Amino acid sequence: MKPTDISDPDYFHKVVDCQWACPAHTPVPEYIRLIAEKRYTDAYMINWQSNVFPGILGRTCDRPCEPACRRVRVEEQPVAICRLKRVAADYKSDIKDRLPSVPKKKNGKHIALIGAGPASLTVARDLLPLGYEITLFEKDELSGGAMRTQIPRFRLPGEVLEEELHYILDMGVNCRFGEEITSMKDLLNEDYDAIFVGTGAPLGKHLDLPGYEEAKENIHTGIEWLASVAFEHVDSIGKKVVVLGGGNTAMDCCRTSKRLGGEEVTVVVRSGFDEMKASPWEIEDAMNEDIPIVNFHVPKEYILEDGKLVAMTFEKVRKEYDENGRRLLISTGEEPVVIPCDDVLCAIGQDNSFPWIERDLGIEFDKWELPILNNTTFQSTNERVFFGGDAALGPDNIITAVAHGHNAALSIHLLCNNHNINDRPNPLTTLDSQKMGIHQWSYDNDISDDMRYIVPHAAKEQTLNDLNMEVELGFDEELAFGETMRCLNCDVQTVFTDNLCIECDACVDICPTDCITFTLNAEEPDLRKSMLAPATNLAQDIYVSDLLQTGRIMAKNEDLCLHCGLCAERCPTSAWDMRKYLFNTAKAENACQS
Amino acid sequence: MSYISKPKFQHPDLEENEIGLTRRDYEGTLTTLCGGCGHDSISAAIIQAAAEMSLEPHNVAKISGIGCSSKIPSYFLSKSHGFNSVHGRMPSVATGANLANKDLYYVGISGDGDSASIGLGQFCHIVRRRINMLYIVANNGTYGLTKGQLSATADLGSKTKSGEESLYDNIDMATLAIELGASFVARSFSGDKQQLIPLLQAGLTHKGFAFIDVISPCVTFNNTDFSTHGYKNTWENYISLSQVDFVPMRKEITTSYEPGKEKEITLHDGSVIHLHKTETNYDPYDKENALHHINQHKKKGEIATGLLYINQSASDLHELQDTVDKPFNRLNNHDLCPGNKVLRGINETFR
Repeated sequence: MKPTDISDPDYFHKVVDCQWACPAHTPVPEYIRLIAEKRYTDAYMINWQSNVFPGILGRTCDRPCEPACRRVRVEEQPVAICRLKRVAADYKSDIKDRLPSVPKKKNGKHIALIGAGPASLTVARDLLPLGYEITLFEKDELSGGAMRTQIPRFRLPGEVLEEELHYILDMGVNCRFGEEITSMKDLLNEDYDAIFVGTGAPLGKHLDLPGYEEAKENIHTGIEWLASVAFEHVDSIGKKVVVLGGGNTAMDCCRTSKRLGGEEVTVVVRSGFDEMKASPWEIEDAMNEDIPIVNFHVPKEYILEDGKLVAMTFEKVRKEYDENGRRLLISTGEEPVVIPCDDVLCAIGQDNSFPWIERDLGIEFDKWELPILNNTTFQSTNERVFFGGDAALGPDNIITAVAHGHNAALSIHLLCNNHNINDRPNPLTTLDSQKMGIHQWSYDNDISDDMRYIVPHAAKEQTLNDLNMEVELGFDEELAFGETMRCLNCDVQTVFTDNLCIECDACVDICPTDCITFTLNAEEPDLRKSMLAPATNLAQDIYVSDLLQTGRIMAKNEDLCLHCGLCAERCPTSAWDMRKYLFNTAKAENACQS
Repeated sequence: MSYISKPKFQHPDLEENEIGLTRRDYEGTLTTLCGGCGHDSISAAIIQAAAEMSLEPHNVAKISGIGCSSKIPSYFLSKSHGFNSVHGRMPSVATGANLANKDLYYVGISGDGDSASIGLGQFCHIVRRRINMLYIVANNGTYGLTKGQLSATADLGSKTKSGEESLYDNIDMATLAIELGASFVARSFSGDKQQLIPLLQAGLTHKGFAFIDVISPCVTFNNTDFSTHGYKNTWENYISLSQVDFVPMRKEITTSYEPGKEKEITLHDGSVIHLHKTETNYDPYDKENALHHINQHKKKGEIATGLLYINQSASDLHELQDTVDKPFNRLNNHDLCPGNKVLRGINETFR
């Protein structure tokens, strides 16, 4: 293998598994350390710079960081990254004086944002401090998009939502709320320098089965029903409710039903429980509220009595695989199952919908009716039009929308300055030694064996009777501190300087997870096998040095490194050093500076 | 020294041995030696050797004297018996322990100060008495604990960190052991675990007095370019007389060897030592031949390593003394005072 090029910004970034997995690449270990120091406001601001909605995401994020957490490779549970983010938001002090200043004198460029969800608001956040004039169109009277309409208040309290929306809106957005854009052509004819579409995936799917037409009044699409609840247009539901679907929307629908008068609420999924798309913790929360989840039941018919919906029938199925390994659902041949219901909520998916974008504007769409985009710049085939969030690549999550927003804002900034928008600025990185003394580091390298701390919940008797009462109470400071200690500080990198190494084996002998091997060089597959502990996780890199005095190389398996720093502590020549790698994606403010 | 303890998390694929323990279960406390000390590699090699052999920790006794070397027993096999004794007197304590319970594995750990200076007399006599044990000298050619004076194993002309040159010829512990009648003598290097681990396993299995002189650089006081015991000099002048593989009695032999270039040594319990890539005309059964080879290499400034000498048929102390089969510590009152009838029988033999 060739010696590893640690100057490649991606190399050490990949070692910080949580940050690498985060669509917005939030520097997770950095803010977790700040929480441990009770520097909540600093921790909050790191998040705010990167993911814009720390308080919201600290409650609602899909947490792609957590399955990636290194800790799951040495024990059972990842660090509760998401809930620590909430701690930063809960315990911070006033941050107003830390928000970027917005110049009074504008730069003369005017950007239109359509849809006031997380993607558009991120674009506004990034461009307002650079002097852009921003006009934000929203069909509803209130901003927030899916964060307001899709997420029930018992998961995301209104004041948290309002606070974080207003940090951006108060920067001086021209809000045109309650105004639905019905023609992109008209908008393009107005004098905007760029248009950003962040309209989400607003079309809920319904299930057209026998009886649908007659029972329509009591069959609702999940996202529309949740939005109606959020806007207080709906405040009750029948006593018996069937929720169709196994995603997070289904979990929100069933839990909301429980709070609006649903007494027998049942979630029914076509396939297996293990195949449900909902996050495990959302499923767990629903089950904690005594909501049964029935799997392997395929909906067949809406049953009416006296013209009113009374039940649904389902066919029981089992799972089989055909010769191509494709999963099939085969009927068990049993009698159909009847589940009585007064209302049905269909949470079986949602679609994009752009009837308002005329097809002769140079904005091309693919066969799924999604705009054809450059996946880095988020520019459509019309150079002035950008897409982000669910509107760009189909339904995903808030943090992905934020990441799109940052990238689109950068593209718009480059475009407005007549730069090539494909010429993206490099990420901002630093790599600094953490050595304080012979055996002291500026980070806490003592690895905690504690198991993941459980977030306390409010009493079920109370929360089920109050639509707006938050279920999760969040960590208190003590629990939060315990949880922060579980972070392995994967951003504090083991950096090896080959010409200092005397090959004494001190690092090999001390490493608790057998990461380091001194061996003859070989091609990667052979080298992986010849490591002290074979490096079988191909997703994780091997860090390889140049030739050492004895003709061997140092090879380190990044996979299981605990970043405990003992290799560097035991190294007599400081050939190993622990250096903190801070990585921040380049944003609009970092471009066009010369 | 490090202030944190070694994290408990271990490699999830770490193998369990025959008694259900992993290598991590054979560790001791976190080392307090200087970072880079060869002695830590010796601990690590012992840990690996013991884990691979599935030794039951409670059947091992670790005994040491005084010095950096003699701290090592703290850093491996924390569940074993241990005795950190008086300077240079480890051999006496080991002899006593071995007499009391011959069923344990004895690992004596000493250094060049402990064994070649203050304890040289004790060393000579334990070799002579053929105690069934593994005696390791962690040899760094310097008095590290007293900040780097020349020790008796420092080679002629070798210099300390402060520039003091050794004016005397060194005591070569391996040749001394061969001459005094040790039945297993090896030399190795803390930096070469591939060689050291099989030698440790063979030495532990060997019945009789097994001695391994391990070059173990003192990274703080004797690791300069003009020291013959530093990492650099050892790597550069390191001659392996033979590569060693140890196959325990129970294990199937899976390694293939070039025919004719290999020597196979069967130990008393059926375990096998394979010596391959052996220097031509090197014979580990022949004392004179072994001493000749060691000296020839030494003249060239080279360090001859590997299994230097072995004699599997030598008797150990208990055999020579014809002691009872049962370990002394398990003899009960009845065994020791068998009664008047037996006494009369004994007395009869003197009439």
